[in-house]
Amino acid sequence: MNVIIGTQENFEQEVLKSDKPVLVDFNADWCGPCKMLSPIVHQLAEEQNKFKVVSVNIDDQDLLAEDYDVSSIPCLVAFRNGKEFAREVGFRPKDDILEMMEG
Amino acid sequence: MYDILIVGAGPAGMTAAIYARRASKSVLVLEAKTYGGQIVNTPDIENYPVAAHISGFDFATKVYEQAAALGAEFKFEKVTDIADNGDYKTVTTPKHTYEAKTVILATGSENRKLGLPDEDKLTGRGVSYCATCDGAFYRKKVVAVVGGGNTALEDALYLADLAEKVYIIHRRDAFRGEEANAARIAAKENIEVLWNSQVTKLIAEKKLSAIEVTNKDGSVQTLEINGLFVAVGRIPENQNFAKLIELDDAGYVKAGENCLTNVPGIFVAGDNRVKEVRQLVTATGDGAVAATAAIRYLNEG
Ligand SMILES: Cc1cc2nc3c(=O)[nH]c(=O)nc-3n(C[C@H](O)[C@H](O)[C@H](O)COP(=O)(O)OP(=O)(O)OC[C@H]3O[C@@H](n4cnc5c(N)ncnc54)[C@H](O)[C@@H]3O)c2cc1C
Repeated sequence: MNVIIGTQENFEQEVLKSDKPVLVDFNADWCGPCKMLSPIVHQLAEEQNKFKVVSVNIDDQDLLAEDYDVSSIPCLVAFRNGKEFAREVGFRPKDDILEMMEG
Repeated sequence: MYDILIVGAGPAGMTAAIYARRASKSVLVLEAKTYGGQIVNTPDIENYPVAAHISGFDFATKVYEQAAALGAEFKFEKVTDIADNGDYKTVTTPKHTYEAKTVILATGSENRKLGLPDEDKLTGRGVSYCATCDGAFYRKKVVAVVGGGNTALEDALYLADLAEKVYIIHRRDAFRGEEANAARIAAKENIEVLWNSQVTKLIAEKKLSAIEVTNKDGSVQTLEINGLFVAVGRIPENQNFAKLIELDDAGYVKAGENCLTNVPGIFVAGDNRVKEVRQLVTATGDGAVAATAAIRYLNEG
């Protein structure tokens, strides 16, 4: 699967109503650690089918970032059945993210 | 068994990896977070020779690519312990144990925390240690900066252009930072300085909503804020090695320009060493010195 671009409009459908768990990556172009995380997030989207991956650019989607209390990026938020079940702030290696999604 | 195991993939550790690989030694670099270290969030570096302007991200990525292309192996694990078995060392992470003939400690430094309850839980939920990274989330909001050195003053000036109001909370009655910065602060209408004051409590539901500030005279007030930026300095990340490696009172590894520690076969490079100037150029310089010392140690047997 590809990384889905998350917006105010599709967030409910793609994330909250998803039948699979969803990893949401809040990021911005000017954020160095976000750029380091980005290839890992893309790999995760391509390599597995257990969860979906959604990327939210906080400059384009500032209301979404505010709704989810994101105040530092990169910020990874994991959703299942419409609810947040895990959150990590800052760069995380791939194994840690996989572990977080198991939770 | 690796020839050289490097703890920390900051500028010092990655430069050591380049030197070690060029001498054909096997190299493992263990990094707790991401390669690049402290510099990755800096938008513009202007004092590293050759590159008049380069972002911290580009700097880190270039050094990483150079080390990786030379054959240095990188793994993303935090080192929690090191044991000295004489001619080899055991390095422990939460998941694995590695063996190496030599170790280079290049763990740099991390932001000093206030040490208040819930501070870790609220990091990324209103508490931040990096104004240029997180300032964008506080457009037209109310924020406070803790500290009185140059970093605190520069953070406050940066935030004053974004936020509606910026408090500076400083425990003394004068700033330690440069006078030019202090003058610029005084001229900003939306910056208010609370002198002789400390943050004594973080107030939050899901995210930070207010702080309790206590003045030297004993008076206490509650400030409603959206964000708290902590700029009270940095501390070396040597806690995990303290029982093996000699540190000074501030926690820096006791070693001179030769980068040798008290343990034969364990070297130190970068900001976590006792030194005068903590910059990229001195960190990369240490990387070269420490790797060369490790190579000599290996070759002399
Ligand atoms: C905001 C800011 C701006 C700066 N601007 C400049 C500038 O313009 N020019 C300049 O020359 N310098 C600048 N510096 C200073 C420069 O960044 C540092 O001197 C340099 O990064 C030190 O490099 P280092 O490799 O010693 O340590 P660090 O960069 O701190 O790297 C250490 C690495 O080790 C890792 N680590 C720590 N503990 C462990 C462990 N137990 N296990 C595994 N890994 C571990 C850390 O995660 C980190 O990646 C700036 C610093 C800051 C904070």
